[in-house]
Amino acid sequence: MGFEVLFKGNNLIRLFEGLLAALRISFISVIISIFCGLIVGTLMTQENRVIRVITRGYLEFIRIMPQMVLLFIVYFGTTKALGINMSAETSSIIVFSLWGTAEMADLVRGALTSIPAIQYESSYSLGLTSAQTYVYVIIPQIIRRMLPLSINLITRMIKTTSLVMMIGIVEVLKVGQQIIEANRKSSPNAAFGVFATIFFLYFIVCWPISLLSKYLEKKWEN
Amino acid sequence: MDTEVILSYLPRYIEAFFLTIRIGFIGIGISLVLGVIVAFLIHFRIPVLGKIAGVYIELFRNTPLLVQLFFLYFGLPKIGISIPANVCGALGLGLLGGSYMAEGFRSGLDSVPASQTESALALGMTRKQLFINVILPEAFALSVPATVANVIFLLKETSVFSAISLMDLMFTAKDLIGLYYNTTEALCMLVAFYIIMLVPVSVIGNIVEKKVRFKMLGA
Repeated sequence: MGFEVLFKGNNLIRLFEGLLAALRISFISVIISIFCGLIVGTLMTQENRVIRVITRGYLEFIRIMPQMVLLFIVYFGTTKALGINMSAETSSIIVFSLWGTAEMADLVRGALTSIPAIQYESSYSLGLTSAQTYVYVIIPQIIRRMLPLSINLITRMIKTTSLVMMIGIVEVLKVGQQIIEANRKSSPNAAFGVFATIFFLYFIVCWPISLLSKYLEKKWEN
Repeated sequence: MDTEVILSYLPRYIEAFFLTIRIGFIGIGISLVLGVIVAFLIHFRIPVLGKIAGVYIELFRNTPLLVQLFFLYFGLPKIGISIPANVCGALGLGLLGGSYMAEGFRSGLDSVPASQTESALALGMTRKQLFINVILPEAFALSVPATVANVIFLLKETSVFSAISLMDLMFTAKDLIGLYYNTTEALCMLVAFYIIMLVPVSVIGNIVEKKVRFKMLGA
């Protein structure tokens, strides 16, 4: 079935290293996205028309373009147009951060606008100061609404980083291909075992995060 | 930007555009059918099959399409199941989409309020009437936003097809960049064709969403 190739030499360790390379890119992008998403999301709720048009345009363009197209634009397009030489890893972090920021900002905007005005009014009438209103009333509700969806976004970003092999980053799929190529003679069926293992590895990484997101969503439903 | 270059690339892009749309929509068709079946299996708690459906949803929602396609296209032939690239693309997209659609339909079925069931039974409806005339239409209306989002998501995912050497838009752009180095033209046309494909779907989706929201009762 081709699983035996995994236990030859350090093939299994190499696969894990490949997975870590992909996870590192997603992790850095997730951190940047959460930070920038909070800022852009707050900007989107502002009254200022110019800010709203710009953020809206950014959001719509990023969300309608497949991430692969964005990768190509940044990796091949900007290098040609601006004459900058950027590594594949830097371009992929830029792309996933741009995309993650857009998605995160939309979640923040949704959570902010979903808090009814009555919540502010009631806490003011109870004598809470503006700071107290935010700390004790508004922010806890926003976190409850946003956290499950943001965790879900993390799994989406991890899954999307599998695309980076298309611009030549050696991550888990690329390592898998190399292992299959190297053992073409000794185990011709390696492709089945290796790709089944990679499928399973991604599942092992994403499933617990999905479960956590689902659990929090259920717990905070009301 | 060179208009001559753009014009000479146009036929290849149009061909790729229709291939992307064709495989994309076949995949979305498969995912809709699969999603409905799987959602019913889980909603009615069918023994064994319901459990299998649950495992299927978790497996395919938590892995990337690229990995699924590699497994279908390069892995399966090694155990004697060979599938041509275009069938593989549609099937992979259908399997991935099926898990997302099923989740959307299932949550639609689950979020029909209990009072609807109780009122219908109090009015003397049979279980069958209740399901066909009350639950299904409301569940459908509730799951439209998720379905629209999933259709757009799946159309975007078609960009992965180039990895199993299907001549889609992405493959064409990559090929032309490699052949002639007209990166700017090739990428601009790529973006333009994705906009032509996705913006109408998004607009139609918004209209449908508004229509069904208006028709929804008791919510």
